[in-house]
Amino acid sequence: MSDTATSGVKQGFQLKSASVSMTALELYYFDDSEFEEVLRDKISQAPGFFKDIPLIISLEKYQGLDSELDFFKMIGTCRRNHIHVIGVRGGTDDQRRLARGAALALLPGNGQRDRTHEAEQAAADEAEAAVVAASTSAAGDPPPAKIISQPVRSGQQIHAPEGDLVILAPVQAGAEVLAAGNIHVYGPLRGRALAGIHGAESARVFCQSLEAELVSIAGHYKISEDLQDNGWKSAVQIQLRDDLLVVTPLDKA
Amino acid sequence: MARIIVVTSGKGGVGKTTTSASISTGLAKRGHKTVVIDFDVGLRNLDLIMNCERRVVYDFVNVIQGEASLNQALIRDKRVDTLYILPASQTREKEALTKDGVEKVINELSETFDYIVCDSPAGIEHGALMALYYADEAIVVTNPEVSSVRDSDRILGILQSKSRRAEMGQDPVKEHLLLTRYNPSRVEKGEMLSVADVEEILAIPLLGVIPESQIVLNASNQGLPVILEEDSDAGQAYDDAVARLLGEEREHRFMTSQKKGFFSRMFKGG
Repeated sequence: MSDTATSGVKQGFQLKSASVSMTALELYYFDDSEFEEVLRDKISQAPGFFKDIPLIISLEKYQGLDSELDFFKMIGTCRRNHIHVIGVRGGTDDQRRLARGAALALLPGNGQRDRTHEAEQAAADEAEAAVVAASTSAAGDPPPAKIISQPVRSGQQIHAPEGDLVILAPVQAGAEVLAAGNIHVYGPLRGRALAGIHGAESARVFCQSLEAELVSIAGHYKISEDLQDNGWKSAVQIQLRDDLLVVTPLDKA
Repeated sequence: MARIIVVTSGKGGVGKTTTSASISTGLAKRGHKTVVIDFDVGLRNLDLIMNCERRVVYDFVNVIQGEASLNQALIRDKRVDTLYILPASQTREKEALTKDGVEKVINELSETFDYIVCDSPAGIEHGALMALYYADEAIVVTNPEVSSVRDSDRILGILQSKSRRAEMGQDPVKEHLLLTRYNPSRVEKGEMLSVADVEEILAIPLLGVIPESQIVLNASNQGLPVILEEDSDAGQAYDDAVARLLGEEREHRFMTSQKKGFFSRMFKGG
């Protein structure tokens, strides 16, 4: 039995958010033979870098005709040169329909509003609506906090992929707690606590007794050895300031 | 319906089998019809401690695989007549314990017994998971040292996530901490964790503290559950633990190295 099996996970996999930096090909117009020529020229400048990379085709600056957009040819040419086209970014509805027909993923673009006046207006309205929606959802319905009232035992992992994580019991040595937002432990924190796992640098870790193996905020971490000088075995909060983890006693906060 | 109690620890050599033998004997001595099952397939020990190793004909795996009936495999204890032992197989693999097979045996035992005590093997593998799966209560046997405490914490996590009660969303398995091999004078010297330390880390109720004693070893070697050594402090400590398991309030003893306690132990040869 694997370790994850003991945390009660029944599925064969979990979906996690991931951010990967990728190469985008910004297409202005498409001509099959010229496309391959330019592509080969670029690859020859750094053959190692381009070998088997994923590529997205950005349509935001595309000025050619929709009828000239042959995604199958583009995919084929790229494949011959060991580049994997995985999706398109931006583009009009018609262009995106073509891309979809070629089994490409559709990524949202942000340059569409430059296209026409009308589109600009529509996009602006949409954006405004989105802002309103975002602010109402922020006011009325924040991402729910995950609340755990049982001790988190050695070997267990508790994951709050959206909001805060609140634990009303000890987090034991060998246990791991992760949250997109803040982590509160109303008990001793003896295991590992990782707050802001999606990069939220404002996330904090609060605990009643700092005895942690590791504390991390947005990827910046400190291990037990480095935590012992300040606030060890007392109630503290830990936050990120200028890329450094700062431990402050809770009674002086 | 029988109460199903697993005796478990994660770590090996902390006193699970000794505890299973004494707790089951203690329950039976109080008139409860009790069966103790050895889940340690391949490393059969319980029958030695219960002094019935020469009476084993059929075992737990034989019953699961339909090669023998429960009545053929159950061994009646010679000292306490409400106590039965279901020995483990010495020649099979732990995988012979299937979930369905174990359930069938436990259900059948539930019909006639008051208490089913499951003696878990060490580790967190299949045998240990089978031993704890059907439990209503767990006695977590822990020695006062950090590695044992860590492993007990691990097994507590598994009890709360992989037992039948956890999977069915029923009330969680009731947990009891039993601290064994406790030596108050070594605690005072700082060589061992104290009861308070262990309680603080594991955060579960304390069932009892069994003092470290030569009597425990002697009793095991003679095939006698130490609870039957009624004059010894270890035997009395197990008796207290059984009483608490049955809901009695008893003050914890043997937790400090009182001079008197120390000398009386010396004079009794402990």
